[in-house]
Amino acid sequence: MAFAAFATTEAQPQAPKRKSRIALFLLLPGILYLVLFFLTPLISLILTSLQAPAEFGDIGQYSYAFNWQNYVTVVQQYLPHILRSFGYALAATVFALLFSYPLAYFIGVKARRWPLLQSLMLVLVIAPFFISFLLRTLAWKQLLSDESFIITSLKALSLMAPDAHFTGTPFAVIFGLTYNFIPFMTLPLYTTLERLDTRYLEAGSDLYANPFTVFRKITIPLSMPGIVAGTLLTFIPAAGDYVNASRDFLGGPDTQMMGNVIEANFLVLLNYPAAAALSIILMAAILVLVSIYVKRSGTEDLL
Amino acid sequence: MSVREFAERGADLELVGIQKRFPGFTAIEDLDLVIPAGSFFALLGPSGCGKTTTLRLVAGLEEPTRGRILIGGKDVTDTKSHERPVNTVFQSYALFPHMTIIENVAFGLKRRRIADPVGKAHEALRLVELDHLAQRKPQQLSGGQQQRVALARAIVNRPALLLLDEPLGALDLKLRRQMQLELKGIQEEVGLTFLHVTHDQEEAMTMADTVAVMNKGAIEQMGAPAELYDLPRTAFVANFLGQSNLFTGEVVGTTGAAVTIDAGGTRIVVPTARAQRHQGEVTVGVRPEKVALHAEAPTATADRNVLGPGRVIDASFSGVSTQYIVDVPGVGAVLVFAQNIGVGPVAGVGAEVWVSWEVEHGFGLEDDPGESGRFPADDSTTAIAVQRREALVSELEEH
Amino acid sequence: MSGEVQAAAVLGGFTESETQEDRGPRGFPRRRRIGLGDWLLPVYTVLAFVFLLIPIAYTFVFSFNDSLKSNISWRGFTLDKWLNVCNVEGGAVCQAFTNSIIIGLVATLIATVLGTMIAIALVRYRFRARSAISLLLFLPMATPEVVLGAGLAAQFLAVGVPKDMTTIILAHTMFCISFVVVTVKARVASLDPALEEAGRDLYGSPSQVFWRVTFPLLTPGILAAALLSFALSFDDFIITNFNSGSVSTFPKYIYISASRGIPAEANVIASAVFLFALVLVIGAQVSRAARAKRLAKLG
Repeated sequence: MAFAAFATTEAQPQAPKRKSRIALFLLLPGILYLVLFFLTPLISLILTSLQAPAEFGDIGQYSYAFNWQNYVTVVQQYLPHILRSFGYALAATVFALLFSYPLAYFIGVKARRWPLLQSLMLVLVIAPFFISFLLRTLAWKQLLSDESFIITSLKALSLMAPDAHFTGTPFAVIFGLTYNFIPFMTLPLYTTLERLDTRYLEAGSDLYANPFTVFRKITIPLSMPGIVAGTLLTFIPAAGDYVNASRDFLGGPDTQMMGNVIEANFLVLLNYPAAAALSIILMAAILVLVSIYVKRSGTEDLL
Repeated sequence: MSVREFAERGADLELVGIQKRFPGFTAIEDLDLVIPAGSFFALLGPSGCGKTTTLRLVAGLEEPTRGRILIGGKDVTDTKSHERPVNTVFQSYALFPHMTIIENVAFGLKRRRIADPVGKAHEALRLVELDHLAQRKPQQLSGGQQQRVALARAIVNRPALLLLDEPLGALDLKLRRQMQLELKGIQEEVGLTFLHVTHDQEEAMTMADTVAVMNKGAIEQMGAPAELYDLPRTAFVANFLGQSNLFTGEVVGTTGAAVTIDAGGTRIVVPTARAQRHQGEVTVGVRPEKVALHAEAPTATADRNVLGPGRVIDASFSGVSTQYIVDVPGVGAVLVFAQNIGVGPVAGVGAEVWVSWEVEHGFGLEDDPGESGRFPADDSTTAIAVQRREALVSELEEH
Repeated sequence: MSGEVQAAAVLGGFTESETQEDRGPRGFPRRRRIGLGDWLLPVYTVLAFVFLLIPIAYTFVFSFNDSLKSNISWRGFTLDKWLNVCNVEGGAVCQAFTNSIIIGLVATLIATVLGTMIAIALVRYRFRARSAISLLLFLPMATPEVVLGAGLAAQFLAVGVPKDMTTIILAHTMFCISFVVVTVKARVASLDPALEEAGRDLYGSPSQVFWRVTFPLLTPGILAAALLSFALSFDDFIITNFNSGSVSTFPKYIYISASRGIPAEANVIASAVFLFALVLVIGAQVSRAARAKRLAKLG
């Protein structure tokens, strides 16, 4: 598990002093890089979020200040976007989990006797990664447009109202988010299920549990690390995404998420403080939600 | 001695006042040891006794906290691992998985820029009868074959000293026997000094000319295998190397020839020469196969200790011999290994029996009786079973 | 993140994951009487894959569309777009594609070197700031891309750096480092320390041991990390969008053209990349399976 990969508790053999210089040499360039291009930008983002418009300045000119009202303003102005971001991301995460679990179970457990088939199915899971994610989303836009075969058929079967649309609705955005992050959900689930010892399941049914109880009481708890990793890997990028919700892709005017308003403020309106304040809110909210989630699911050691 | 040339023959290894501390614990307290050139020396002990640390210190993979290491009279304490004329056969073999067998074996020779490394590597592979697999990768070989490659990779360098870190541990019993013989044969053939670390007492006894039993970072006793077995000096050695019946009691008489103790009302005599302590409370012992079982009271003689009557509380048949546990009131459980010479058991469970052994087979230990008793972490399940049963029986008697 | 790492493993087919070796103890599902579950799950799996692959098939099919400017409705089959990829809009698609390749290669190179060094240090050495460093490596993976992109853009703005290829490469390297560390670290940690000790024991100097024993054994992990980095960089749009200025990359080109219609040439490039990657990965998987079978036969 990647979230586990940073656990710091592993036992380390004692290392003589001379070696600490090698460690420093190995660490310094990369760490310096991250400080320079990850940590400093974060700080710079915080500073930007507190800026005030420069006096006598043009649009897009700001000076450093402690203008914390920026946060109040953006929350008032963009509350629907903030709620939408988390609502859509949550829905997409749940759908992706429901979609991926049986798939990962089949690849990881049922397909064990055929290793080659197993690895080929894994290739198929990540195959969407090989094609640009924007093109995939655009393909869905065409496939689900009002004139498309799918939608006209649905309308002909009266499963959809004749004047209804799919693209441009929240459903389309959630659909797009779900589709795009399915591999992120399936792979960690597969990783834990592949390690699942089926003898536990046999022991469960031996001890009078019916298949459903075995699944609920044994399979699910044993695959919890994969569920947590997968939901995090889906939720975090989905909450910050703005491609799916964009008007040129699957979204419409009423589906804009935080990513869209951050992009618009930063790149179009040149309202850097607002974009920065929204970014900080997004990041802080995600960190808080993730830590609560990880704590409640009892998988802290994954982090 | 430079690592650029082959050692002509094995060299002495000398450890002087070695101490090794790790953060939090001391692996070796104070170790002095001399291994003469050309010998096959075994360090025997339970896991955590410091034997592997000793080996790693000699190999240069760890640095001692204190003390000196001399190989062939030359101080190598501050010499790095790759500059020492020492090679190791690792417990996991540590064959390089990305190289073929021949590349593995030639690795050390190439590093030392010795002429014709590949030819010499083939020669070493022929010695372990694996030259036909030279182009394979290690993972294509069986455990026994990998072990032999690891051995070839080490001896091809003609090290002054060859270190073996439980190299047979991963093999099954049959293969292990075969490898033990092969190793011994190779050692005699090439005449190197072998330092072999193991927790398997049988392996140590069959292969080594000298065995040192290690416990808690110190050597308890050292000597030829037969000597160690015949006359253990401590309870640890008495039970780590085979099994022993131990009895504790007050010395009630000492002559030039024999020491007599009173163990729970029964007199037990050991030869003075075979007893480490001659007064006060002492522990004496005898090996279970030296003890005889009698259905009727044997006549006591001066050169025979007789205990009984007691009751057989367990008899387990194991082919060549039957192991009896006899409970003798006042003395406790006595373990008897009886050869199955006749047909059928000598005595069944519950039978009243006497046990006896010749005085000259007894031995007296040097440790304080308080510390002695049976070695608690013995690997042998029989010993544990005996302990359990003893505890159970004494518990039952109390009620 | 593990999904990514797994992806890298599959991408490369290099990591000897336990799929082949430790199969035994976890057991195979036992054969029972044929029940609902026995055909439901395979059928579901097939349908799931169909669903996953629909947009890819669409993109591929429409790369043969004899379209005019935008590529929305089917106008007939042609190989023209495949044969003359760079002819549209003065080669803008190809320019964007070339930029993406260059950015991907440079960012991958830097991130792989820096990340591998960190991974080795993290597994092999003990130092005080360990948990702080782990956090610093973990955070970029837990931060939404839009925040990473906006942060860097704010930084470049504050310092007054003009946005061009360099700023894109700097940004991509940043988010690739953490993924490289995770991937390589797993490999370093699984390395048996006895192998390096054997190298030292067999007269290898520290540098010889590193280059002849350690490095070759880490290569599969490093290669997988590099492939993952390249894939992440090549497909990144969000961070690029904030830090690219007027430079176009392949995903950015698509984003910008989305409103006025994507030319079929973009489908051609995407399909070609897809086929190339697919052949590479399936080839690696098949050859690995063949190798495993051969090993099993010999052993």
